[in-house]
Parts: sequence; C-alpha cells; structure tokens
Amino acid sequence: MAIDDKTKSELREIAARYPEARSGLLPMLHLVQSVEGRVTSEGIELCAEILGITAAEVSGVATFYTMYKRRPVGDYHVGVCTNTLCAVMGGDAIFERLKGHLDVGNDETTEDGKITLEHVECNAACDYAPVVMVNWEFMDNQTPESATQLVDDLRAGKEVQSTRGPKICTWREAERVLAGFPDGRADDGPAAGPASLVGLEIAREQGWTAPEANNA
Amino acid sequence: MPDTLTPVLTDNWGDDRAWTLASYAARGGYSALDKAFAMDPDAIIAAVKDSGLRGRGGAGFPTGMKWGFIPQDNPKPKYLVVNADESEPGTCKDIPLMMASPHTLVEGVIISSYAIRANKAFIYIRGEVLHVIRRVQNAVREAYDAGHLGKNIHGSGYDLDVVVHAGAGAYICGEETALLEGLEGRRGQPRLRPPFPAVAGLYASPTVINNVESIASVPSIIGNGASWFSSMGTEKSKGYGIFSLSGHVKKPGQYEAPLGITLRTLIDLAGGMREGHELKFWTPGGSSTPILTAEHLDVPLDFEGVGAAGSMLGTRALQIFDDTTCVVRAVLRWTEFYKHESCGKCTPCREGTWWLVQTLAALEKGQGSEADLDLLLDQCDNILGRSFCALADGAVSPISSSIQYFRDEYVAHLTHGGCPFDHTASTLFAAEGANA
Repeated sequence: MAIDDKTKSELREIAARYPEARSGLLPMLHLVQSVEGRVTSEGIELCAEILGITAAEVSGVATFYTMYKRRPVGDYHVGVCTNTLCAVMGGDAIFERLKGHLDVGNDETTEDGKITLEHVECNAACDYAPVVMVNWEFMDNQTPESATQLVDDLRAGKEVQSTRGPKICTWREAERVLAGFPDGRADDGPAAGPASLVGLEIAREQGWTAPEANNA
Repeated sequence: MPDTLTPVLTDNWGDDRAWTLASYAARGGYSALDKAFAMDPDAIIAAVKDSGLRGRGGAGFPTGMKWGFIPQDNPKPKYLVVNADESEPGTCKDIPLMMASPHTLVEGVIISSYAIRANKAFIYIRGEVLHVIRRVQNAVREAYDAGHLGKNIHGSGYDLDVVVHAGAGAYICGEETALLEGLEGRRGQPRLRPPFPAVAGLYASPTVINNVESIASVPSIIGNGASWFSSMGTEKSKGYGIFSLSGHVKKPGQYEAPLGITLRTLIDLAGGMREGHELKFWTPGGSSTPILTAEHLDVPLDFEGVGAAGSMLGTRALQIFDDTTCVVRAVLRWTEFYKHESCGKCTPCREGTWWLVQTLAALEKGQGSEADLDLLLDQCDNILGRSFCALADGAVSPISSSIQYFRDEYVAHLTHGGCPFDHTASTLFAAEGANA
C-alpha cells in the first residue's frame, strides 16, 4: 500500500512543529502506524527522507519503543497490566484467561484481525488495579469475567466505553491522536474516576482545606 | 497546623467538566498568570526557591534552584520540558491530574517558562494514555484561543509556544536525559552528565525538565505566596503532595496532604486494610524505592523521614500489599520489569538485570540453595552505583530490601520446593470467588 500525499504532507507538518525536524520522529511513526497498521519499511524510508536521516536511524528508533509494531495490529490492542501490583490484584489471572479465551499468546493477533493481546507494564492507574488498556484507553477494575466480556464485545462490534473516557476507537484512530491530530473526543468521559476523588471527598466531608492564602 | 488533607491540585477534580477552560477559569484559573507577569522573572524563581518546593518526580531536587542554574547569559534559546512520562510502577498521580485539570499544568508551564525566559515549552506525555493526551492537547488549544499562549500573552510582551509530544513506550524516558533523546527523535538512552540539561539540554540549549506535579504546583505558589506553600509540610520537605494508595486497602486512590503524613493515617483514611488481612510490605515511592513493612507505619512521609527509614519518598506511590502476597513473586515481577526496560546502554544494567531475573526466577521456583541469596546480593552489589543512570539502582532496591526483611520467605520457597502462597487469595476478586 502506498502512503498517499495527504499523509506525506501531514508527516512534514509534524516535523515542522519542532525547532529541529527530527524531534517529530516519534509522532511521525505514530502517524505511519495509523495509516499502515504498523511501522512499515515504506513508512521508515519516508520518515528518513523527510528528516534527512538514514532508514537505519529511523529503524533504530522504531525498534526501541514498545508502542511501535512491526507486525500488523488488530483493530483493538488489548493490554493487560501484569506489573507487580496489577498482577497481584488479578492481572495475571486476567491475562491467562484472555490468552485461553482468544487462543493467542503474548503480542499475537486473533485470526479475525480484531484483537491483539499483549501484557503491558505499569500504566499509571494502580488505584484502579487490575487495569486493562484497550487502544490505550483505561478499562479500570477488571476481573477475568469482565475482561472476557470486554473482548467478546469488541469482537462483536458492540460499542464499548472506557471507564474513564470515550467510546473505544480503533487502534489506527488512536495512533492518529498520538501523532498530534485531535479527534474531537476530549470532552467525552468524566473528569476523574471514583478512586481519583476519594481523598477529595473525605476532605469535603471533614471540612479539611489547604490554608487560606496569606498575602494580598 | 494544616488540616490532615489539603486539596490544592486535586481541589477541582470533582467539578463539572473540570478539564475545560471555562471550568478552570470559573474558580480563578489563570489569575496567577497576571500576578506572575507583574513580577520580574528572577522574582518568580526566588519565590519558588523560598516556597521550598522540591521536585515531585521522585528525586526531590529543589525546583527553584534548578531554575536558577539556567545560564541567562547563554545566547541560545531556553526550553522548558515537562516530564509527563509517568511510568514508575505504582505511580499514578500525574495521569489523573492531567485528565481532570490539564489547565493547572498549562498555567504552570506558562509561569515557569516566563521565569526561566523560555519561549518554547514541551509537554512529553507517555504515549499509552490516549485520553490524557486528548485532554492536554485540548487544554493547550483552548489556552491559545483565549490568549494565554502565543504572542504577547495578556499584553505582557511575552511569547510562548507549547508542543504536546506523545512518547511511544519506554520507561527509561522518565529519566530526564533519556527523555530529551526521545524528544530529539532518538532512542531513549540517558546522556552522560555533565553537562547537565540546565547548561546543555534540548538541542544542546539550556533546558529545565520538571515533573508534572512540580509545574502544576507553581500557580498556587505564585497565587498564594511562597510562605503559604511552606506553611504546609515539614522542615525540609515543604508543601503538599499527592499520595497515591494502591493495592490491598479498602479505598485505594489519591490523597493530597502536606508532606510528612504517615502511612498509618493514610491507611485509616483509606478505610483500613482489606477485611481480615494485615499490612505486610509497601513501597513508599514506587518500585525503585526499597520496600518497607508494618514497622514503618509511623514514618513521616517526607524526604528526610523515609530516607532515615532506609528508603526514599520517591513519587509517594504507596503500593500496599497484605499478608496474602508473596514478596518473592512481587520482587521477581519488578525485576522482570527492569530487565525489560533497561535501555541496553551500559553493561551493569543490561547484563545485570538479566542475571538478577535468572537467579530470582530459580529461587521463586524453589530451585537452588540459600547460597543463591548471597549470589543475588553480590549481583546487586555489582550493579548498584555502577550504572549509567538510576534505573539499575532502582532495580536492586526491591531485591536487597526484601531480602533484608523477608529472608525467611525466600528460604521457604527452597524448603517448599516452590511458592508456598495461593496467588488467587491476593486478587481483588478473591472474596467474590469470581475466579474460582
């Protein structure tokens, strides 16, 4: 598949955001993934050409960061946190259940091309453990049952809502946002999930506040 | 004496559409900006110094002092880079902050950039948090539209552009020089220092790199005064901070309090430990900070107190594990994380974390002998302080501290011929029998 002119001009647009064009490489590779479904050789060569660096230099970057995939990713990337806290709270059990249910191993995609399953490292939502990410949206407080239902719903094309965000978009659509092209969904979802607010709620109940400002 | 909890950064998180400019402005947002523009940039640096604010990303370096290191006679452009690569296991404060109130961060970015005389700032957010990136992108756009960013902000004559930059999955990019490499479009491997970023950072120009929570604290310091900030906290650890409780407590979540609060108080606020279980071990500030136990419940959670207890305050990422949790399993998993995230630049870390996993994995399976514990500690000795950056120091923290407190549990794996724990018992759904 050839990368079209619109994408080429968007890649240049990314590079132009920065005082030095090469700074655009990470978001440019996100855009390549949004168009190609993975980091392709053509994408690598195009980035190299635009930035005036070698394809080897671009490859070196593409292979360093775990979000860049060289094999096709499904419509929904399902990341199960199996770092210690989530693992202990149930992430290991969720990951095992999903591997069996989907009949795939780590970093593999279901035959229908819908789901790519991967165990991920800490995603900064430990107060919602165990956490599953779908296309990098939070699915908080999961169980093996809820996670199984989640992937079944995704495969069946049902609408799935992030527990702290919008309706789940496709992996390619997500990658486009990461490249710096907003999708207009910033206003979806709540400001904060329940765990983010527990301390604030106690402070309100108790009448606890920060001190009054002591200057004019 | 300030109240037990002091919501400042979290104060608006429950507001309707808290992430929007309208909501933020309705409670006085961006008013600190005008106060800042009426001040000389050096006076802002002085105020942040006077406040006693220390870096909230883990290391605790005084923020105002860091800003003061920027050589203002250097003709190159100055840059502010916000480290929003929150990835330290257990750490989960910057992500909810940016999701709920991204404008607090943006206002902090503007004041901080003005103070160090930067006209370009970058917010480097880890890529794996899509909705947070949407919210920050949106806040920056709203700030431009309202004239808080761009040319001649608020008629001050000061110009600032902000770029929101998504990372692509690399724990090491939380290390500030590795982050700069990522931001320059390279593999995220740490740089040799000196030169420090203050002198030669992004594009070899003077650069300040600060954590999200540090920068987000700046508007409140400028708005309310340095002495207001320093009226909270302890002698050398001033102000408030977000304490993130996760794991086996009844109400995990975010608790914003003056530095110096204890875990005993925090667990009380969180409704206590899970029913029928006791605290076994915890991390004060993420997996890179040596674990502590129930004997440390009354340690003041400030930089000095936790240091004196043999650990580090880190990011106040309090991961709480009860008596159902196998410490060997927990430590092995962290060690696998460090091995996976080692950038490969230096030998002690690249090879050392690999060996740590081999040795620990065998012990967890009950293979080997007690002498392997000494081997493990010897490996730690050959890594700690011998690596290029702090990642490998972090890798040995859980190992050496867990052997210090739970040597018997390692030995029990050997005598038992494997892990003596039922891992199902420590899950969230154990009580409900959901996994039976």
